[in-house]
Amino acid sequence: MVIKTTIQGFLTAVKGLFLTVRHLFGARKSRASLDIRDEDYFTQQNGVTTVQYPKQKMPIPEVARYQLDVEIDDCIVCDLCAKACPVDCIDIQAIKSPEVIGKTSDGSVKRLYPAKFDIDMAKCMYCGLCTVVCPTECITMTNQYDRSTQQLADLIYGFSEMSDHEVQQRKEEWTKFQAEKEAAKKKP
Amino acid sequence: MADLIVHIVVPIAIFTFIAAFTLFAVYAERKIAGFVQDRLGPMETGKYGLVQTIADILKLLQKEFITPSAADKILFSIAPVVIFGAVFVGFSVIPWAPDFIPANTHTGLFFIMAVVSIDAIGILMAGWGSNNKYALLGSVRAIAQMVSYEIPVGLSLIAAVMITQTLNLNDIAYLQGINSPENIYFMGFWDVTHIGGIFAWHIFQAPHLLVVYVIFFIASLAECNRAPFDIPEAESELIGGFHTEYGGIKFAFLFLAEYAMMFLVAILGVVLFLGAWNTPLPNIGSLRLADWTTGLGWGITWTILKSFTIVGIQMWIRWTLPRFRADQLMTLCWKVLIPLAFVCLAISGLWRIMVML
Repeated sequence: MVIKTTIQGFLTAVKGLFLTVRHLFGARKSRASLDIRDEDYFTQQNGVTTVQYPKQKMPIPEVARYQLDVEIDDCIVCDLCAKACPVDCIDIQAIKSPEVIGKTSDGSVKRLYPAKFDIDMAKCMYCGLCTVVCPTECITMTNQYDRSTQQLADLIYGFSEMSDHEVQQRKEEWTKFQAEKEAAKKKP
Repeated sequence: MADLIVHIVVPIAIFTFIAAFTLFAVYAERKIAGFVQDRLGPMETGKYGLVQTIADILKLLQKEFITPSAADKILFSIAPVVIFGAVFVGFSVIPWAPDFIPANTHTGLFFIMAVVSIDAIGILMAGWGSNNKYALLGSVRAIAQMVSYEIPVGLSLIAAVMITQTLNLNDIAYLQGINSPENIYFMGFWDVTHIGGIFAWHIFQAPHLLVVYVIFFIASLAECNRAPFDIPEAESELIGGFHTEYGGIKFAFLFLAEYAMMFLVAILGVVLFLGAWNTPLPNIGSLRLADWTTGLGWGITWTILKSFTIVGIQMWIRWTLPRFRADQLMTLCWKVLIPLAFVCLAISGLWRIMVML
């Protein structure tokens, strides 16, 4: 019993030692292909697998599941993305406009001003649900993933381009328009 | 006066060598670990991470002395000194080249076995003094392991000493090369006294000595708490074992002791079994390779080269084999290595009587 296990242990140890020494000498070269889209990616994986990150990056698709980006000119401020978000990381405030503001690049009519369009990347779980529901496809995931900061507030990305003054002006416009409408209703 | 200077210079030289070796070995270990696991190892500090270990030691030297408030302050602070001292003293009887030996004593081998055993006490002091259950568990395991494995180490050394008939490490080294005072027989039948080289090494002087060397090597791995016998440290179970609470320069000394111990057992195996400072190249007819490659410089080169090879094998084993369970460790020692060592001991006796005379 003891002899049998001893011999077996010795043989398996030798087998393992040969395996590791093959890898030790195999480390003279690194794997040849980093991009999974390559034709023979899986046949070129021998050798060191390390990717020395800041100096060397793995190729990723242009629209991968990384940080969000909003093309604010195409946004109709429908709030669907904020409603779809499971972690509530999107914060939108809309201001109604008395008349049509313009059209997005796909022809949808814009009737709301985005007073605030903040995405908290610290909360975001990169599920991509917001990009799915967006009717104008203005919110997309990008290939940017290496944002680091010393202040948490820097991770709240603001996409609204409206200044405080402009927000104030648009609000006043809307209140004025509503007041006019009320006044028009009261008139017989 | 000259004597006194020699007595001061030699330990400093050995310490410098140990420190340099540790810096190199830690780097080598991390690189080997990396390559075995298809990684690169340290790459950032200097070209190919070459100054990584120097940066590490500078960091350790700057650190604060922290003693846990519940620790036994005296034991805690002298344990690293005892552990390192025990290993350091062991180097005093190691021959590096023909007659190039700090202390040429007739009981060199016995002396090494005696002082290196003190290491176990140091580890118990460290574990007990830390007053931490993981440290204590680690040191309890270390004691059980080191005391058990002292026996196969001792038996395998006796098996070799029965062939050499001397405990003087310098004389043992002489008996394995072309300058041997006695006739050397390869496997007991071929006179290689004037051929020398690899054939004259102890492991080839008798067939069972090869087995004895394997026993010695395995047991010495356990003696210096290296993987796969690193249950005293067992990072995954015991945090760091007996050195959990140590930091800064005290930890540096524990680390130094660990690598010094690795080198000590490697060089001891080389001296006893692998020809010490004798060249592996034999004399072939008029091609006097062995004669040409024997001498002070060559001796040091061969000793260091052989020892580094053994240290390399220790690292290779560390990054291959998983850790033994405590009971498997004891089974291996008491049921496999010790009986085998006893058999080899008996064969050594018979070999001395029947073949060598």
